[in-house]
Amino acid sequence: MTAPSRSSKSQRTETEDAGPDGVAARAGSPGAGLTRRLGSAQEVWIGLVLVALLVVFSLLEPDSFATSFNLLNLVADAAILLLLAVGMTYVIITSGIDLSVGGLLVFSGVTATKVMEATGATSTGSLLLGVVVAMLTGLVWGVLNGALVAYGRIPPLIVTLGTLGMSLGGALLLTGGVDMRAPGRLNLGLGLDKFVGVPVIVWISVAVTLVLGVILAQCRFGRHTYAIGSNSKAARNSGVLVNKHLVKVYALAGLLAGLAGYLSLAKYGVTGVSAHSTDNLQAIAAVVIGGTSLFGGAGTVTGTVIGVFIPAVLQNGFQILGVKPFWQQVVVGAVLIAAVYLDQWRRKARDN
Amino acid sequence: MSDNGTPTLELSGVNKSFGAIHVLHDIDLAVYPGQVTALVGDNGAGKSTLIKCIAGIHPIDSGEIRFNGKPVNIHGPRDAADLGIEIVYQDLALADNLDIAQNMFLGRERKKGVVLDEASMEQAARETLAKLSVRTVKSVRQQVASLSGGQRQTVAIAKAVLWESKVVILDEPTAALGVAQTRQVLDLVHRLAETGHGVVLISHNMNDVFEVADRITCLYLGRVAADVKRSDVTHSQVVELITTGRSGDLGLAPSTAAESI
Ligand SMILES: Nc1ncnc2c1ncn2[C@@H]1O[C@H](COP(=O)(O)OP(=O)(O)OP(=O)(O)O)[C@@H](O)[C@H]1O
Ligand SMILES: [Mg+2]
Repeated sequence: MTAPSRSSKSQRTETEDAGPDGVAARAGSPGAGLTRRLGSAQEVWIGLVLVALLVVFSLLEPDSFATSFNLLNLVADAAILLLLAVGMTYVIITSGIDLSVGGLLVFSGVTATKVMEATGATSTGSLLLGVVVAMLTGLVWGVLNGALVAYGRIPPLIVTLGTLGMSLGGALLLTGGVDMRAPGRLNLGLGLDKFVGVPVIVWISVAVTLVLGVILAQCRFGRHTYAIGSNSKAARNSGVLVNKHLVKVYALAGLLAGLAGYLSLAKYGVTGVSAHSTDNLQAIAAVVIGGTSLFGGAGTVTGTVIGVFIPAVLQNGFQILGVKPFWQQVVVGAVLIAAVYLDQWRRKARDN
Repeated sequence: MSDNGTPTLELSGVNKSFGAIHVLHDIDLAVYPGQVTALVGDNGAGKSTLIKCIAGIHPIDSGEIRFNGKPVNIHGPRDAADLGIEIVYQDLALADNLDIAQNMFLGRERKKGVVLDEASMEQAARETLAKLSVRTVKSVRQQVASLSGGQRQTVAIAKAVLWESKVVILDEPTAALGVAQTRQVLDLVHRLAETGHGVVLISHNMNDVFEVADRITCLYLGRVAADVKRSDVTHSQVVELITTGRSGDLGLAPSTAAESI
């Protein structure tokens, strides 16, 4: 076992020995730290793509696209997906994946609705109980995901595929396959409430995203998340409690899915038991478009925000332009592949 | 030399099995402050396993580990680190996506309020490298992925020294390095001992061993074949100890050596 690793090590050393000065010059420039903190090259590129899309649609349809009404709608639609995608960012940075988010969203929405119905569904207390139940439900599923991944050593793809099925099926069992309506007061209240002209749901999503963006970039929790995705053995040897951390990361994704479930109840007024089976793919696409590496260890919340808005803007713009909505799927697919290609290319450039 | 004071780290009668495979037999090992102990032995002799036992990665089956004369229980990397034992693993344990300073502080980050105190960590990382007279690394904000093998080894060693460590264990730090970089790492090993660390150096390279070691402990198939002063043995004796477990009147009794096989 040691022999092959040693020979590959010495190969690497030979090629790298050729130019130690070049190496230092490339990465040691004073600006390197700054650009890294602001975001990787991919975020800058993908951010420019988003700006370009906004400009093009605004120029083509100034009267309908570039209106505050339309843009607010667009943001409100993206707000819930953003929560899922932020959780997914953490998970993917640990080099994991969470396919279950859509299922957890639905399941949490169903349990919250049941509890709110049982408690009258009209009082503020009942609605608050609803959000607590939704988030707790998501959290419990998330802890289950994390525990199976970290301690059960089952690949995250399989674990979360399993819990996706369990939660979606569970939600159908609980509802008998018939969509449940959210309490009217929730749908007409939080679902429509605005603060300085912007839907409260958007404010919630923005606040959560900001906090989690700072935690990822500036706090120990975030640092350990990167370290685990980069080299989990190194993290463990350095005293990072890898398994516990993984559970927390999946729990966070579950918690956010629970919150998203509640907000989605408020916004759409129904549990949407069969409307969320591709949420996971949308969230993963957003995260990856935003420059987070599927190999783990790299990515930012800023990138994810951009990655959520590219498909959202495309969809909205195409709708307004009267382009068949199917094109949006085609284009987003192409952008996704391009983003992953860029990531691979960057890794290759780095490793040589 | 081994009679000078108490060893910082001392193992006695340590045994370790993986299932039916008995990998370590009654190991005794002593590490003294300011001295380099070379741990030598053929592939599979149990060197890496031994240090992973010290690190708390593998629990020991029996035997005792003493630190500064007191028996200790080490249940994980954190316990070892708390005692002041730092280990630089054979498969360099650095996170490629993090930079040098981030790697050096991994698991023990400094905080200012709730956020990480990047400035102070960067400063301390730079000072540690300067204290070890490391000149090969230009910026502590450089990503580890972009470093050469020697630079990575340097970072891993500096990481170990950053903490008020008493014992630094290096598993084959020069195995993948060219001549110049090996030189730098050996100088670093010297400096570790000069600054009062007890150093354990695992190496297959006899030149390295004879250059930096004060004592040599030789493992043969999971047993300590010899624990000698460097000045008391020759290259060829050590090679014989490594390959056969015996050399003249040094080494395992013939019956034990045979039984091990
Ligand atoms: N986790 C494990 N499970 C089972 N056997 C193991 C394990 N780790 C090590 N071994 C066995 O223990 C023995 C000693 O291995 P170890 O890695 O300690 O050798 P080493 O002296 O470090 O060798 P090298 O010089 O090649 O690094 C080997 O026979 C190895 O197969
Ligand atoms: Mg080894």
